[in-house]
Amino acid sequence: MNTPFRAPGHGHVDRDTTLSFTFDGTAYTGHPGDTLASALLANGVHHVADSIKHGRPRGVLAAGAEEPNALVQIEAPFPEPMLTATTVELYDGLVARGLSGQGRLSSEPDTARYDTMHAHCDLLVVGAGPAGLATTLAAARSGARVILVDELPQPGGSLLGSQELLEGAPAKAWVDEVVAELDGLADVRILQRTTAFGHYDDGLVLALEKRTDHLGAAAPPHVSRQRIWRIRARQVVYATGAYERPVAFDDNDRPGIMLAGSARTYLNRFGVLPGEQAVVFTTNDSAYPAALELADAGVRIAAVIDAREEVPEHWRTACDERGIGIRAGHVVTGTSGIERVTRAHVAPFGHGDLGERQGIDCDLLLVSGGWNPAVALFSQARGTLRYDAGIGAFVPGEALRTVRAAGSADGTFTLSGCLADGVDAAWQALSAISRTGQMIALPTPAPLPEAAPTRVLWRVPSPQEGLDGVLQFVDLQRDATVSDVLRATGAGLRSVEHVKRYTTIGTAHDQGRTSGVMTSGIVAEALGVDVADLGTMRLRPPAVPVAFAALAGRNRGELFDPVRVTALHPWHVEQGALFEDVGQWKRPWYYPRPGETMDESVLRECRAARTGVAMMDGSTLGKINVQGPDAGVLLDRLYTNLMSTLKVGRVRYGVMCGVDGMAIDDGTVIRVAEQEFLLTTTTGNAAKILEWMEEWLQTEWPDLRVHLTSVTEHWVTIPLVGPRSRDVLALVAPDLDVDNDAFPFMSWKDTTVAGVAARVCRISFSGELAYEINVPAWYGITVWKALYTAGSEFGLTTYGTETMHVLRAEKAYPIIGQDTDGTITPQDLGMSWVVSKKKPDFVGKRSFTRAENQRDDRKQLVGLLPVDERVLLPEGAQIIATSDIPAPPVPMLGHVTSSYRSDALQRTFALALVRSGTRRIGETLYVPLDGRTVPVTVTDPVLFDKEGARRDG
Amino acid sequence: MIGPRDNAPARPSPTTTLNRASRPSAGPGDALPDHPDFLWRNPDPKPSYDVVVVGGGGHGLATAYYLAKNHGVTNIAVLEKGWLAGGNMARNTTIIRSNYLWDESSGIYEHSLKLWETLEEDLDYPILFSQRGVLNLAHSLQDIRDSKRRVYANQLNGIDAEWLEPEEVAKVCPIVNISPDVRYPVLGATYQPRAGIAKHDYVAWGFARKADAYGIDLIQDCEVTGLDIVDGRVRGVRTTRGDIAAGKVALAAAGHSSVLAAMAGLRLPLQSHPLQALVSELLEPVHPTVVMSNAVHVYVSQAHKGELVMGAGIDSYNGYGQRGAFHILERQMAAALELFPVFARAHMLRTWAGIVDTTPDASPIVGLTPVENLYLNCGWGTGGFKATPGVGWCFAHTVATGEPHPYNAPFTLDRFTTGALVDEHGAAAVAH
Amino acid sequence: MQLIACPWCGEREEIEFHYGGEAHIAYPEDPYALDDEQWAQYVFFRDNPKGPFAERWVHSAGCRRWFNALRDTVTHEFLTVYGIGAERPSHTSTAPAAPRAKGQEASR
Repeated sequence: MNTPFRAPGHGHVDRDTTLSFTFDGTAYTGHPGDTLASALLANGVHHVADSIKHGRPRGVLAAGAEEPNALVQIEAPFPEPMLTATTVELYDGLVARGLSGQGRLSSEPDTARYDTMHAHCDLLVVGAGPAGLATTLAAARSGARVILVDELPQPGGSLLGSQELLEGAPAKAWVDEVVAELDGLADVRILQRTTAFGHYDDGLVLALEKRTDHLGAAAPPHVSRQRIWRIRARQVVYATGAYERPVAFDDNDRPGIMLAGSARTYLNRFGVLPGEQAVVFTTNDSAYPAALELADAGVRIAAVIDAREEVPEHWRTACDERGIGIRAGHVVTGTSGIERVTRAHVAPFGHGDLGERQGIDCDLLLVSGGWNPAVALFSQARGTLRYDAGIGAFVPGEALRTVRAAGSADGTFTLSGCLADGVDAAWQALSAISRTGQMIALPTPAPLPEAAPTRVLWRVPSPQEGLDGVLQFVDLQRDATVSDVLRATGAGLRSVEHVKRYTTIGTAHDQGRTSGVMTSGIVAEALGVDVADLGTMRLRPPAVPVAFAALAGRNRGELFDPVRVTALHPWHVEQGALFEDVGQWKRPWYYPRPGETMDESVLRECRAARTGVAMMDGSTLGKINVQGPDAGVLLDRLYTNLMSTLKVGRVRYGVMCGVDGMAIDDGTVIRVAEQEFLLTTTTGNAAKILEWMEEWLQTEWPDLRVHLTSVTEHWVTIPLVGPRSRDVLALVAPDLDVDNDAFPFMSWKDTTVAGVAARVCRISFSGELAYEINVPAWYGITVWKALYTAGSEFGLTTYGTETMHVLRAEKAYPIIGQDTDGTITPQDLGMSWVVSKKKPDFVGKRSFTRAENQRDDRKQLVGLLPVDERVLLPEGAQIIATSDIPAPPVPMLGHVTSSYRSDALQRTFALALVRSGTRRIGETLYVPLDGRTVPVTVTDPVLFDKEGARRDG
Repeated sequence: MIGPRDNAPARPSPTTTLNRASRPSAGPGDALPDHPDFLWRNPDPKPSYDVVVVGGGGHGLATAYYLAKNHGVTNIAVLEKGWLAGGNMARNTTIIRSNYLWDESSGIYEHSLKLWETLEEDLDYPILFSQRGVLNLAHSLQDIRDSKRRVYANQLNGIDAEWLEPEEVAKVCPIVNISPDVRYPVLGATYQPRAGIAKHDYVAWGFARKADAYGIDLIQDCEVTGLDIVDGRVRGVRTTRGDIAAGKVALAAAGHSSVLAAMAGLRLPLQSHPLQALVSELLEPVHPTVVMSNAVHVYVSQAHKGELVMGAGIDSYNGYGQRGAFHILERQMAAALELFPVFARAHMLRTWAGIVDTTPDASPIVGLTPVENLYLNCGWGTGGFKATPGVGWCFAHTVATGEPHPYNAPFTLDRFTTGALVDEHGAAAVAH
Repeated sequence: MQLIACPWCGEREEIEFHYGGEAHIAYPEDPYALDDEQWAQYVFFRDNPKGPFAERWVHSAGCRRWFNALRDTVTHEFLTVYGIGAERPSHTSTAPAAPRAKGQEASR
């Protein structure tokens, strides 16, 4: 054993296995079961990092998550910023360094997996110490479904760090026995290395399980590194223990100054001696077992400095037996040392006055200022906290209906008390869900005399004039001192939340575990108010820091948001289509041929549609089936035009408005049968419109006998477009009479296309002769390929959304959401014809008569033709009245909503929303671009085949 | 042996008092300037004031300050039910920008931004206003159209705004993932170089300290429980610290505006929602600007000490609990990693929630009310922090003169009746 | 994330639901009898109380049905859920004088 600070016969580390690690460039060894902190201490390394503000050397203060000092950066096997050395399990190959201020993120991608688990239980117990184990056992024996989560690698909690006996045997034996029994129960799940960090509404507790961190580079890649447990618990018991708090005195931050209970943990859990000669400074009984156990393990205890005048006789006796001197009514006033404490200065401290100081040499100064119950999660659950002046700590107030604390988290600090409180909590929790807890036989600890009262002491006065609190550190991680706190109260601050922000106390990695209550105490003293009235800083989730990646889990990359593709998608991919994201859908954008630019592809696709035949995948259009005797009534109320008069076999275009009269969606409606309609929505709005319709139907007009069903993905929809579309359709739909009279515009037929039952609508979003072929999605690819083959002799071309946009823009068919922005009415779009004058009311109609809607200078959809027909206006460009750009703010008349190169027009064109646009037709306006203006002519928005002869042909 | 007793200087500091370690002083992560030695008095309320401002957040404090500075009104009480600036002012993600779409919005936000640019000297307080720029990412073709529309409008309104292609985005913020192989690739961004962040507590305390110096009473732990209204005219407020008479009452209570307005019998077009935010631990500088994305729903900056400050989405339901739901944060983390894979092992250190008062058009309501001498400033939703000096200036004008300032004139309550909305949903969906 | 008791499906996670704002806002009998201000009240103005609030939810990712709930906006706790069209239940801890609290029957 080359680590001189291991205590023979102590601790639970596996000394038969040696792990190598590197810290600050130096190689060390440790053992499985070590934390990085325990391994460093075992190697005699106390100076772990320098403080953030003043660069003062800092060591290990604690043994768990409350550590404010020993921050480290993991460098290998993968960089991870800012962890506490006290919670990093040691593994072979660990490379770390002490961290002063800022952690470092890796620029390499993190390839580890993260995952999420869902679990439900009757009772969730957090903490596998004595109270939590008692709770779990009592509840589990009753048959309740129990989950026990615990942050350590093994159960036992504080028992791992003490030498307490149960039934005369080491407590570990009882722990093993309980866990063995629990392991045998089917409805009990124990999760070690799992830290509960958030308590949300209705018993949702979030916990982080570290599955492979302790394996280092040996972690199997197929196992998630960490996973978040989302646990829904009917009842929760927080047996989260307590954190020891320090006392502020001058130079209370040197390496070698450690919480007494933590030193005890290092000895008993890790077999580490954190020093050779110790001074113990306490305000309560709890430091005595630490002093005695360390003394028994070979640490020389130079003195116990007890702030209390009275020291209980049994502790005095036990110390006498070991030759340990006790100085009652004394305090530590300061320390010496550079990289490590070398001396403690002590003085009598009677009634607020320090007596003469004396130095005591030591390389370890243990401090105990009392214990703060770990109430963060109880508090997150909206449990109220109560200040207990006897112990100087905030403890849980009343238990909640579904949440309670047990053991030292509940302010119970004896082992027998914790065990009993644990069982009691189980019974109460079970009773709250109408179950009965089981009586369990509790093991008896070694008898302890009743604890003497704690002397609540937040700080020791500075012994020097002019040095009041300057060197007394409250928040070690933020380097904030008593003098900072006093400066804050001196500045006029009266709330601890203000003091927190003024001093930054409690904002660091440890979230003020060792500093929060102390700050309340110091502020209360300074202001002469009661700590109970002042309160403490609000405890916010998460209780421990959690990696972003763990929270994101699997919801990354492809799984960040579902990808929706149509049944034809593989074909588009095969053909080399480029895709556009529209909502969650992947839509073919255009189909470039080798060597083509996007412009060339789109012009080619447009030309095919206008001169030959082309087809696209329109399957993403939302489709809602509307059935019932009142289907027509519902549609009449939601669309701006009449739908109930639509004849079976016919199709009608419709617009829906919000209550405010603004267009929210458009599409076609076909009447399938007397009591059945099928309507389409825009791709991105399908879910929204279904919900909108359901909202009106269910909440406003529940008397209407109508059912709505989304059938978007049931159908593959193929617009077949162009002068030759009729020829192609005739080839694949032999039963269909495609003659214009037999199958006119805005009608539909059920027929067979390529041998597949199909519904063909004669509608057009391009202004061309066009058909929309709908077939069940399963047969979509068959029909698509059949059309492709049949169309080959006519040069059938597939086109994407870009070409669709150009074709419809040439005809001024608006795209809701592109040519509108939530402030545009159907009238603004030049579609007064779609707004019924006959219907007494429909959604949105009343708003049309508001003052703003009556203005004659509303923005209206118009066409824009750049005077230079080669200039393509950028979409979004603004429009002004003058050829010069005046000084800002420049009055703007509107903006370009759509802008394309047109093959049919052999020029560029645009659609725009322009103030008083309709009246401006024929005027020249200007589009400022790059500091100059581009003249444009305002035109009617319909630029191609205004009469509609092509579509009707 | 060297200790403080051996070499204590006259005015010691922890740095100079004790030997430094062999390693150089940390420094990074602690670059915050100290607050002044004195901030404000803690007076008891007087029986009467010329103006009572209800709400001691950023807006209330700024209003009081500009009432004194611009209008010479100093007999003012600012009433705060908790601790000063402890509401949304302490809970926001401190983004400051003015690149809003509509003229009305860009007017008041740009006015505010110009005030931000001189606020540090004006308040004589180190508010850490950092003009590091804001990127608003586009992820779809429609995003691009909307973004460019906003840029063109901003430019004509005299606001610095530009459109950046993905490679240019990466130059401004190298850690943004501009790979096309992600679920929603970055297709470009708008960029406002003059936008940035400031330190929220410092801003609020800067206003508070100056207001206090003008003799304005900042009264904390003083909850307004009623409004004294006679014949359609407000005469004072009832509070947990007694009745206070007031010539004018100015409401600046953000999420609690509806509750206060109800005391005057007013119903407002507001809904109060939880809005969550979070910070990471302190990290070495990786993120030089501010990035916002509506589609992937992230907004993030790296604050002065090095922590990542991120906002989450609004919880859907009304809530006054200053708590939100966890799935919102999980979603937020997933979105963050989509855009910033480098954040994978950063840790969520602390989360919190504010209460945002949202309006139907995502624009505020600032102006007069049907009750005489009662003035209203609310509805800032997620955008209140950046407006702090601007709205303080304009609201003070409104209260002092009884007429709205031209910049807040469009933001009347009446617009919901006429239909003259200022619909900023596009610019403000996660607007912070 | 809350557990919301859908009246038809039972308790489900909040993410399955969409929020629908204040309940009991009926579409006006005759919108054209209202002046613009009254119409604006219907379109844009909603109560926003601190405390119990009658509001609507829809179980979007489940049965797709709308229902009403009485929920405390401070604690977020659902006090009760009830059907569309049912009157707002009274709630014992409800502060008095909620303007449209017409119902007397708790449907819990």
